[in-house]
Amino acid sequence: MAQLKPGNQLRSAVCDTKVMVIAAPAGDLELTCGGAPLLGLDEDPPTGASLSPDASEGSQLGKRYVNEAGDLELLCNNPGKGSLACDGSALSLKGAKPLPASD
Amino acid sequence: MLLEMATQGFGDRVALRSEGESLSYSELLQAAGAAAQRIQDSGAQHAALLDVNSPAVPINLFAAAWAGLPAVPLSYRLTGDELDALLERVAPAHLVAEPSRSRELVGHASAEVVSRTDFLAHAQTQARTGEARETDWPMDPDAIAVLLFTSGTTGAPKAAVLRHKHLVSYILGSVEFGAAAEEDSTLVCVPPYHVAGIAAVLSSVYAGRRIVQLQNFSPEAWLELAREERVSTAFVVPTMLSRIVEALEGRDSADLPHLRAISYGGGKMPLAVIERSMRLFPDVAFTNAYGLTETSSTISLLGPDDHRAAAASQAAKERRRLASVGQPLPGVEVEIRDEDGKAVPAGVRGEIHVRGEQVSGEYLGRGSLLQGEGWFPTRDGGWLDEEGYLFIEGRIDDVIVRGGENLSPGEIEDVLLDHAAVADAAVVGVPDEEWGEAVAAVVVLKPGCSADADELRGWVKQHLRSSRAPERFAFRPELPYNETGKLLRRRVRAELAETP
Repeated sequence: MAQLKPGNQLRSAVCDTKVMVIAAPAGDLELTCGGAPLLGLDEDPPTGASLSPDASEGSQLGKRYVNEAGDLELLCNNPGKGSLACDGSALSLKGAKPLPASD
Repeated sequence: MLLEMATQGFGDRVALRSEGESLSYSELLQAAGAAAQRIQDSGAQHAALLDVNSPAVPINLFAAAWAGLPAVPLSYRLTGDELDALLERVAPAHLVAEPSRSRELVGHASAEVVSRTDFLAHAQTQARTGEARETDWPMDPDAIAVLLFTSGTTGAPKAAVLRHKHLVSYILGSVEFGAAAEEDSTLVCVPPYHVAGIAAVLSSVYAGRRIVQLQNFSPEAWLELAREERVSTAFVVPTMLSRIVEALEGRDSADLPHLRAISYGGGKMPLAVIERSMRLFPDVAFTNAYGLTETSSTISLLGPDDHRAAAASQAAKERRRLASVGQPLPGVEVEIRDEDGKAVPAGVRGEIHVRGEQVSGEYLGRGSLLQGEGWFPTRDGGWLDEEGYLFIEGRIDDVIVRGGENLSPGEIEDVLLDHAAVADAAVVGVPDEEWGEAVAAVVVLKPGCSADADELRGWVKQHLRSSRAPERFAFRPELPYNETGKLLRRRVRAELAETP
C-alpha cells in the first residue's frame, strides 16, 4: 500500500467498514479489515474476497483504532463486521480522553 | 463526513431547535444534500451566507462541504458598500440572506441571492420528495472548508482560510464521537460568522448534542430560552456573560436547573464577572476557551476544576489563574517568544506562538503566515506561569510605546479593574510630544461609586511602575464593544483624540 497520509479515506473490501487516517508512520503498511486489504474509496474489491472468521469482531462508528506502537491511528466513519489490523496484528480501541466542551 | 457519521450513529435524534422547530440529524443531512445540489447548479464558487442564527447556518455549512466549495459566513452588520466589497472577493457566490436583506440584494453583480425562507423551503421539500443524494462524500482534506473575514480592527478585513484538515483535526482532538446524552443540548448565541459559531455546529453534531439557536442575543432572551429548552451547556462571549449577570441582579440564583456548563471566550473576561457568575451558578462548570479564527477556534482551556481550584485558593499564584486561559489542548504547543523570535522562560512576557494540526495561519491571497517548523505568531501578547498556565495580555499591536518602554494595556487595565469603584476600563496610547505616546485610561465607574483621576493614578502607582500610571483619565458611561465582545480600541483612541 502506498504511503498513508492523514485525511486519506479507505474502505473494507469485505464489509461496510470505512476509515479515515488520523496518523500514520512512514513506510509501507499492510492494513486489513476482515482479513482483506483495505481499499481506496474508488477502488473495486477483488472478486471472491470474503470476510475471514478470524477477523470478524467488527468495527465501531466513531471509534479510533491504534496499533501497538501508537503511531498509526484510524477513525472508523462507517461501521462494519470486519475487524481492523495492521501487518497482521489487530488494532485496538483508543481510550477516550474526554475534554470539557468548549463550544 | 462528520454529519454523515452523526446520521448513521443517531439519525433520529434532534440535531437542531430553532424558533420552536426541530430538525433531526438525518433531516439535516437530507437538507444539506439538496442544498448542495442547488448551490452546485448555480455555478457558484463560494457558498456565502448573510444571516442570524437559523437552520440555514448548519445547512449551508454542510452543503458547502458537500458541494466541494468554501462556506463564507458574512456579518449581518455589514453596510451595503462593505458587503459589496467582500462579495466581489468571493464572486461568483451563492448567497443565502435573511429575508429583509435578500430583497435589496436580488440581482447583485457578484452573487446569486436566495432568501433564507426559499432556501430552507427548497432544501426541506427536496429532502422529503427528491431522491436522496448519494452519501459518499468525497472530502479533500486540503480543500478550503470555510473562509472567515476577520473583524479587521486594524484595517480591511482579511479572509482567514480554514481547510477541512484543520477543522477535522480540531474536532477529533477535542470531541469524542457521540459523547452527548440524548437530553443534552447547547445554546448557540454567537453569530454564525464567528469561528466559535462554526466550531459550535461541528462539535455539537459530532458529539450528538442538540443545538438550540438564539437568533439575536439579549440576556432576557438567553435566560428564557435556556429555561424553556432545558439547555445543558452554552458558549458565550464575556460581554454576554456580563450582561446575563447584570440581568440577574438582585436574585440569588439563575434558576436554570438543567444548565451544567458554560464556556466562554472571544475576549477578555473581567475577573469580577467570572467570580460573580460562579456564585450565581454554583452548580455550573465553567470553562474558559482561548483561540483565534486562524487556529480553528480553541487552543487553550481553563477547565471547571481549574476554575474551582483557583477560586477556592488562598495562594495568590493559584488564585490569579482564574484570569488565565489555562493550558494548551493536547496536540497544540504554545511558546512565548521575545522580539528577536527567541523562546523565553516562564514568567516572561512576549508574543504567543502556537503550533498544531488545527492551526491554519493562512489568509486568502497572502498565503501562509506559518513560520519555521509550523509555528504561527498570534500577535497576542502573553506569558506562561511555571505550570504552563497561559495568560493573555492583548494584541501586540495595542502595545503602548512610551519613551522607548513597551507597556501592555492589559496589565494596567487589570489593576484599574481591581479598584472597588471601577466597573470597566480601557487603556490606550495617545500621541504625546514628550514621550511619543502617553498612557490614557477611559474608565466606567460602578453605579453609586466615585473616584477621581488622582485617586486612580495613585492606585496604579501602588501596584505598577510609575511609568504605567495613566497621564490622562476620561470617565464614560460605557465602553465601545463589537457584538462579539471585542473592545474597539480604535474608537476609544479616536474619541479621546476628539476631546482633548
